[in-house]
Amino acid sequence: MTAIILQAINGLSLAALLFLLASGFTVTFGLMRVVNMAYGAYYLLGGYIGLSVMRTTGSFELAMLVGSVAIVILGFFVDRFLIRPIGSNHLAQVLLTVGVAFFIGEVCLAIWGGDSLKIQLPSYLRGSVELPGGIYYPKLRIALIAFGILTATSLWLLYHKTQIGAVVRAGVDDREMVNAIGINVDRLFVLVSAVASFLAGIAGVVGGAFLTLNPGAEWDILVLALVVVIVGGLGSLEGAVLGSIVVGLLDAYGRWLAPDFSYFVLFGPMAILLLFRPTGIFGKEH
Amino acid sequence: MAASDALLEVSDIHTYYGDSYVLHGLSLSLTPGKIVVILGRNGMGKTTLVRSIAGLTPPRRGEIKFEGRPLTSTAAYGIAQRGIALVPQGRRIFKSLTVRENLMLPTSTLAKSKKRASHTGKQWNLKEVLDEFPQLADRIGNLGSALSGGEQQMLAIGRALMANPSTILMDEPSEGLAPKLVQQVQEILLRLRSEGHAILLVEQNLGLALAVADEINVISSGRFVFHGSSDELSKNTEVLDNHLGVAKGH
Repeated sequence: MTAIILQAINGLSLAALLFLLASGFTVTFGLMRVVNMAYGAYYLLGGYIGLSVMRTTGSFELAMLVGSVAIVILGFFVDRFLIRPIGSNHLAQVLLTVGVAFFIGEVCLAIWGGDSLKIQLPSYLRGSVELPGGIYYPKLRIALIAFGILTATSLWLLYHKTQIGAVVRAGVDDREMVNAIGINVDRLFVLVSAVASFLAGIAGVVGGAFLTLNPGAEWDILVLALVVVIVGGLGSLEGAVLGSIVVGLLDAYGRWLAPDFSYFVLFGPMAILLLFRPTGIFGKEH
Repeated sequence: MAASDALLEVSDIHTYYGDSYVLHGLSLSLTPGKIVVILGRNGMGKTTLVRSIAGLTPPRRGEIKFEGRPLTSTAAYGIAQRGIALVPQGRRIFKSLTVRENLMLPTSTLAKSKKRASHTGKQWNLKEVLDEFPQLADRIGNLGSALSGGEQQMLAIGRALMANPSTILMDEPSEGLAPKLVQQVQEILLRLRSEGHAILLVEQNLGLALAVADEINVISSGRFVFHGSSDELSKNTEVLDNHLGVAKGH
């Protein structure tokens, strides 16, 4: 029983990390139909920058701030000068952003090398806490779940209870009509993209402490984030929450119960879901 | 009509969808307190004309001026901010937003809709719009997807009014509505005209068009083939038969 609970918490902590990455991906796609495959590389670069800041200053908070702000700046230039000029051709977007991801990956390899690196935790996140039932569990993972819940709640409130959130939701519904009522959707996209890049950068720093940073980690995390987005439904924040939980739990239980088939445990249900609901759980036809 | 009276002047516009040449040099003008109707069969270019003026499918040639200043190179959002509102074909309300959110969107700071006294002298706000469309007041917290076709049409008109436009482009507002609701649309159009709005109405409903029009243009294959009053169109059997498919004595 303890093992089942432990795997559930493992799954939820991975879900929290995936949500940080997938929520930005899904909303930027919903608003602008932009497929940005570089989010995994944003995650990795944000993590490496956070690692360097942590080594230099010893401040985990500063590492999160610098890692995420650096990715916001990078994301702005990629959107403005690379993605936007190629227009709405999804295949071109995929090829371009995959190229950006490879470039970022090579830069990271040149600067930080090929070894697996881990961001050192601040003292208050080291060690374990005792959960009800006498289960001891790492503080970092509990903090990550709490951070994921806080982020999801904040994004939900922003998305559903503010005027700017209503504009973004309207843009996901019908971008052309949002333009026609006097709102510059391109400018709105800069804001949404900045939030998405910020979350990817934070995810990288948190992931660098929770998992490891190494060449190729950008693709591992991107594949999981894509599964989250596809299962949840493109453009849906609620879908990103549910998709993250589903993928996190499937991954945790899959690795525990059937380690040789863990990828099948993850992708099999996704394929079955898509057969019956091609737009994902919360997705809409566009 | 003197050109100086015109709020909106469309001069010899030519619009394409890709390689498809849709509008072949159309011209018209809108003045405050007047309804100009565009009639025509499906696929003749009515919606393309509205989209061209709204900046959604900009013309490749020709000129559009609003309040004497060119609109031709202005983005769609900039055209709306200048005071031209669109009630599009098929309503296109935001279905995942509530009625209130739909109505408040044009007043967002991002939309920069200024309070326009302009030609109408009336300031539309949420209360005014809900007074005009009481059926929306009852559904204020409902999602757009939960509304009936008639309610969605009222919401689309109300959303346009919330921007306090001086000019309104309406694309087939009676489409798919029951006769009672078409009558309500007609009453709204006449009231908006009396308040001084300049209205471009694209319609297939001849009865509604004849009842509200100050001027009528009939479009066929991207060209105007008739321009005149309701009376003149009613007597022109050649246009009625050949371009609107209406038998004599419609």
